[in-house]
Amino acid sequence: MKKTLLAAGLLLSLFTVGANAAEYVIDTKGAHASVNFKIQHLGYSWLLGRFNSFEGQFSYDADKPTESTISVTIDTNSVDSNHAERDKHLKSNDFLYVDKYPQAKFVSTKVEELGGGKLKVHGDFTLHGMTNNIVITTNKIGEGKDPWGGYRAGFEGTTRIFMADYGITKNLGPASSHVDLTLHIEGIKQ
Amino acid sequence: MLRNSQSSFGWLAIFMHWLSAIAVFSMFAVGLWMVDLDYYNEWYTTAPYYHKSVGILLAIVTLFRVFWKSKQVAPQALGKKWEKKAAKVAHFALYILLLCLFISGYLISTADGRGIEVFNWFIVPSMGEFVDNQEDLAGAFHDWLAYGLVCLVVLHVLAALKHHYLDKDTSLVRMLKPLSNQQTIQQKKQKENL
Repeated sequence: MKKTLLAAGLLLSLFTVGANAAEYVIDTKGAHASVNFKIQHLGYSWLLGRFNSFEGQFSYDADKPTESTISVTIDTNSVDSNHAERDKHLKSNDFLYVDKYPQAKFVSTKVEELGGGKLKVHGDFTLHGMTNNIVITTNKIGEGKDPWGGYRAGFEGTTRIFMADYGITKNLGPASSHVDLTLHIEGIKQ
Repeated sequence: MLRNSQSSFGWLAIFMHWLSAIAVFSMFAVGLWMVDLDYYNEWYTTAPYYHKSVGILLAIVTLFRVFWKSKQVAPQALGKKWEKKAAKVAHFALYILLLCLFISGYLISTADGRGIEVFNWFIVPSMGEFVDNQEDLAGAFHDWLAYGLVCLVVLHVLAALKHHYLDKDTSLVRMLKPLSNQQTIQQKKQKENL
């Protein structure tokens, strides 16, 4: 009897987790989301760029933030640094090699809560065909009803990746071994 | 002597021919070399700048060359009937490949709305982006066309040498300096005596 109750309780709790954690789709359609990057140029300034095309979804419940999950898929071909010649080079086999690796992907594995809407999102990031575990420091911006009958939640997250970890070995100088990625996402509750 | 004659090219055609020849080989070599330069190489930014500047100037020269050609008599083609036909097709293809190279090169650098600066002298404005990922598409074409042009140029050189050493006609000589009708007739006689 005890066992059955326990099992039923477990099952129930699983069910409620599924029911409570709301599913969100990142609003790429309305472009209330962006994937930005910056890298140092010669150590003298920051070069900013972005990926214009990506998609993703996340689940989030403000009461149980550690149960959140997120996955984002980036179309590497959409890299945009506001300079066609540079973008052509970034897409070549010196860097993103988009012909061979058209997608970059992040899938979360674990979420830690830091309090005050701050989260540490652990996950696997795949770029240039190689996968590494990264941590995205995430900040909740806000959530609530939108004026058109929907419900939205938005976050920003930053992480630093080292290009060599992903097999991108083109030397851009000692200050430019790493790229800082910033995600701004707004999800629409499904 | 500036103009072409029935039997030979004039100085202007000769000048533009050899200018193009030097430019094409240099541009091909520089083009292959510059795309693999190390980021800290001193030529990293200057080599593409020269490549683009020379490319634009060569495009202008080539347009004038085609215009000049259209206003001139063409020296009579030499060789067998099929050779004349093949030469005509090959020469036409050389011009087409050159023009396509200019266009594709232009489309790489202007895909983001930036113009092309020619030796700090003038800027060729951008016409914007015509297709998605224009810089990649145009880049791939530019690459293939360059190899295609160089292959055809090699054939062109071999044909010229064949005319000069095997057929012993004036095909090559008349592209080095203008021949007078007298010289052409003399050469013809010499050949008949051989």
